[in-house]
Amino acid sequence: MALLELTDVTRSVRLPDDRMLHVLRGVTLTVDAGEHVSVVGRSGTGKSTLLNILGLLDAPTTGSYVLDGIPIGRLSARARSRRRGEDFGFVFQQFNLLPGRTALENVAAPLMYARGRAFWRRMRLAEEMLGRVGLGDRVDTMPDKLSGGEQQRVAIARALVRRPRVILADEPTGALDVETGAEVMGLLDDIAAQTDAALIAITHDLSVAARAQRRYRLADGVLTPLVEAPVGHRTEWVGDVPTAVAP
Amino acid sequence: MTGLVSAVVEAWDELRIHKVRVLLALVGVAVAVCAITGITAAAQMLTQTVREQSERDGGRDLTLTVNLYPAGATEAPPPAAAYVDAYRDLVERYEVEYASLDMWTQLPVRLPEGRMLVEGQVVEADYGVIHRVQPVQGRWFTDGDAALYAPTVVVNETFLRMLGATDLSVPPTVLLGGDEPVLATVVGVVADRWSQESPRAFVLHAQYERWQLAASAEEMGWNIPSLRIWVPPAMGDEVTDAVRRDLAAAVPGTQVDVWPSTADFSVLDGGARWVVLGIGAFTLLLGGLGLLNISLVTVRYRIREIGIRRSFGATSGRVFFGVLMESVVATVVAGAVGVVLAVAILSAVPFEVVLGTPLQEPPPFPVSAAVTGMVCATAVGALAGLVPAVVAVRVKVIDAIRY
Repeated sequence: MALLELTDVTRSVRLPDDRMLHVLRGVTLTVDAGEHVSVVGRSGTGKSTLLNILGLLDAPTTGSYVLDGIPIGRLSARARSRRRGEDFGFVFQQFNLLPGRTALENVAAPLMYARGRAFWRRMRLAEEMLGRVGLGDRVDTMPDKLSGGEQQRVAIARALVRRPRVILADEPTGALDVETGAEVMGLLDDIAAQTDAALIAITHDLSVAARAQRRYRLADGVLTPLVEAPVGHRTEWVGDVPTAVAP
Repeated sequence: MTGLVSAVVEAWDELRIHKVRVLLALVGVAVAVCAITGITAAAQMLTQTVREQSERDGGRDLTLTVNLYPAGATEAPPPAAAYVDAYRDLVERYEVEYASLDMWTQLPVRLPEGRMLVEGQVVEADYGVIHRVQPVQGRWFTDGDAALYAPTVVVNETFLRMLGATDLSVPPTVLLGGDEPVLATVVGVVADRWSQESPRAFVLHAQYERWQLAASAEEMGWNIPSLRIWVPPAMGDEVTDAVRRDLAAAVPGTQVDVWPSTADFSVLDGGARWVVLGIGAFTLLLGGLGLLNISLVTVRYRIREIGIRRSFGATSGRVFFGVLMESVVATVVAGAVGVVLAVAILSAVPFEVVLGTPLQEPPPFPVSAAVTGMVCATAVGALAGLVPAVVAVRVKVIDAIRY
């Protein structure tokens, strides 16, 4: 059984002039536990909407979303929130660290919504997770004193501290330079693999997408598998289309 | 359980991080709670002071003053001793715990300035308890003093000065009585009631009788003392009736007057209480409005943070409760600060100096006022947190994350 399964999902919003904007059209996607999937697409193609639906922050207009065998449409808002906290970890482009809190407090923040031992041991768990992302010596540092790469590491530690089954990364390297971005993606890959979490990365960076086992392209709300470049070729954006280019 | 604790912990964290705005918002709340608690406590102090001062004159609540007068002119009235015996029988029969004879007289004394008559008050040891007598030096009479062979006296400061003494380190003595004076020892000194008060002295009734201390034999025979008895206020009417009935029967041909010493000692009641509470409530309301204002602004600044928390799995109920709790926890802390402030102020203010008299029984800290202030502060916090909490819940998560 797939970990998550979108079938023929659409998402439409009504515009102020009463026209309908179809953000997603018939999206079908299946992701298994531990799998690394990437979705590439230019700005405004519906990537974030797809991520929000996957992360239970938004709901499809039509179509079905089954998470671990449970149709999400049948869950109450409260149950969706709980599953979001327990099953998903988010990594944002702008890191979205909580201001005024140390790195440790930021990583511990999701555990405020956990129950039992995870809540009571939140500081220790957060410290362990910061150690795993190589920031064991920066636990008491405020986010504004950290570099971009370090901030994203804190965000990754925060996304993983509740041991989610799915990591949703929205342009995780968008605010980083190429070298730091590659380093952060390597870390994300490693930790996701260690915890057997599925990693779904949404990006417009083809090199980031290339790290995934399965790659998709989202254009005009339609999700299609990305055609593999022939051996010896690299994939580049040509207009709105990722295209295999000879070296 | 974890949910409640985590919500409180989260609220506390928020307050810790936004402490400057919280402090600004909560000054009004803390001041209001401090005012409510402090004014109530001060009023209780004042009430107790008035009560004690009043009781120094009229006796503790409820002191009954019993006066007997010969009624009718056909027969010769009985001697004063007959009235005293009737009093003693009454006190013994009803097992009155605190009772004292009380009689004003002119005491002949021999001072360095010569022989003179001074104002004398003939009492018993219980008089000191009933009238809250607090000697400034030495002590008041004890029951054992009545059995001493030589009399003891308690005098006022003027009397002591006229004796040529300044303190009781070496107990001064004074000759009391008319033709056959007796040497009395001064065991205590009470404060003058006003400046340049005349000399006065307390003597025990037993000693007064034994040594015939009155200015004349006639006065000794006919000066009838009053009786003061301290009874539970609830029994006042019952005891008054019994005293009237029994004394009239014990000493026929006698008029019995019984006067209660009741008074309303409440300084802060009725309209004044409502004015004080109204001012406190108004201050609390202003504090609450300030808190509401700052909370609303803060929630708008924190929309992104609320969105991030929703991504952590925070339910809308939890977000609502969290924002509400921030306000409640803040006002509870402010209320506690207000109470501590009130305690500190009340401890620092020298009430005995301000009120001009020492308190025998300082009233306890008004816990009920502190609790009322805290409850009101918490309620204001909940009300002030309600609107921001609703705003926080209405935030669209997707928009909030991108805010």
